[in-house]
Amino acid sequence: MPRAMNRVVITGMGTINALGKSVPETFTAMAEGRCGIDTINVRDVERLSVQIGGQGRGFDPEEFFNRQQIALYDRFTQFTMLAAKEALAQSGLEFHGLLADEAGAIFGTAGGGVNTWDENYRTVYEEGKNRVHPFVVPKLMNNAAASHVSMEYNLKGPSYSVSTACASSNHAMGQAFHMVRSGASRAMVTGGAEAMLSFGGVKAWEGLRVMSKDACRPFSANRNGMVQGEGAAVFVFEEMGHARARGADILAEVVGFAMSSDAADIVMPSKQGAARAVRGALRDGGINPAEVGYINAHGTGTAANDKTECAVVADVFGSHADKLMISSTKSMHGHLIGGTGAVELLACIMALRDGVIAPTIGYEEPDPECALDVVPNEARDAKVDVVLSNAFAFGGLNAVLALKKV
Amino acid sequence: MSDAVKTKVIQIIAEQAVLEPSDVKMDSTLESLGIDSLGLVESIFAIEEAFDIQVPFNANEPSESDFDISSVAAIVEAVEGLVKEQA
Repeated sequence: MPRAMNRVVITGMGTINALGKSVPETFTAMAEGRCGIDTINVRDVERLSVQIGGQGRGFDPEEFFNRQQIALYDRFTQFTMLAAKEALAQSGLEFHGLLADEAGAIFGTAGGGVNTWDENYRTVYEEGKNRVHPFVVPKLMNNAAASHVSMEYNLKGPSYSVSTACASSNHAMGQAFHMVRSGASRAMVTGGAEAMLSFGGVKAWEGLRVMSKDACRPFSANRNGMVQGEGAAVFVFEEMGHARARGADILAEVVGFAMSSDAADIVMPSKQGAARAVRGALRDGGINPAEVGYINAHGTGTAANDKTECAVVADVFGSHADKLMISSTKSMHGHLIGGTGAVELLACIMALRDGVIAPTIGYEEPDPECALDVVPNEARDAKVDVVLSNAFAFGGLNAVLALKKV
Repeated sequence: MSDAVKTKVIQIIAEQAVLEPSDVKMDSTLESLGIDSLGLVESIFAIEEAFDIQVPFNANEPSESDFDISSVAAIVEAVEGLVKEQA
């Protein structure tokens, strides 16, 4: 395997999700263990049997975007643009000349413009109209967010969307990491978004019968399923020397990434497949398992995921599994599906930078099959130097990132 | 136990298990018929569609559910109850 050429650091981050409209708001909420999950406000909600979610509250697109932009931006693109603005402003990076030619935007999303699909299907099927708005296609396409970010910030290198269900963002950020580490670009804008809280988006999930109707309680013996969320998080990944030379504030270093496929079942998780991704990320980052202080779990709150994930951690880390902390912030912001890894990376950065470990809220009963330190209900102050972020998607596609304190 | 409900439920389960209805016994379990978790949610969907009922079933806590899936007989009984209740 070729040795890493460049070190990769994060110099900007931005978000909007059920916990807040910025990174500081989100960090405050995570540190308080606040729950962003509530009754959702979507059209025809009374016909849904699952009526809760982590919805971006108090978010009025007209406050941020002009009429032309709203005509072109699906909700997932709107979320991405807001998060990108915060991340790019923090990084202070501007893209001109050669840097602009190299840099691109790689974003994860599972559903892309779900609201646009939903609204226009209504128009043609329910209302029986035979005409739709001319921008339906450019609005709903999965790459719309990546494309608009590239246009807004003059990113002329490789930009694309990655769609691997619940691992989309981690896969996308892994690609951006590879681009910078290999020397192909000195900077990349990356992350992910999802806006699936629409009638059709929630109804589809209901069908699988894995959703909770009351709360997301990862690792708790009485957990009864996942809760959807929505939003975005965006990061600027930059070559360390480039960031240092311009005096950028370095938030964390991305040191390892690995992907694996279970090649087994379309929905059931596999301990072996997930473990290969976790071990791969450690190996890729040259990390001794005992260095890992915190893992942001995939932790969906389903019976199957949580026990499998705990078994993976016990298997990979051996006796160190009892010393490290592992929490699922989905309990607070919900499962953002293709955007979830991006929002969860924020919890990893908060752990490294602020020494605050985001809790698993809604934890009510210990489960012997999840007997790890899941940081129940209250955030904890702890110094950690290395963290992992797990994403194990439907379809058996796993992607794990490893970050280090700088 | 009404035969119509029983016959239909057995037909749905047999189809899911790729068996003849005569191979599905009342004391069979879904596991013994080779029906996995996805097959189970598909069967429940088919039952809901066939009887126009809502089946309270969450795959995360099958034992907590009011809908007993421990055997074919239990499923038939549960469906009969729901058909009466939701008529």
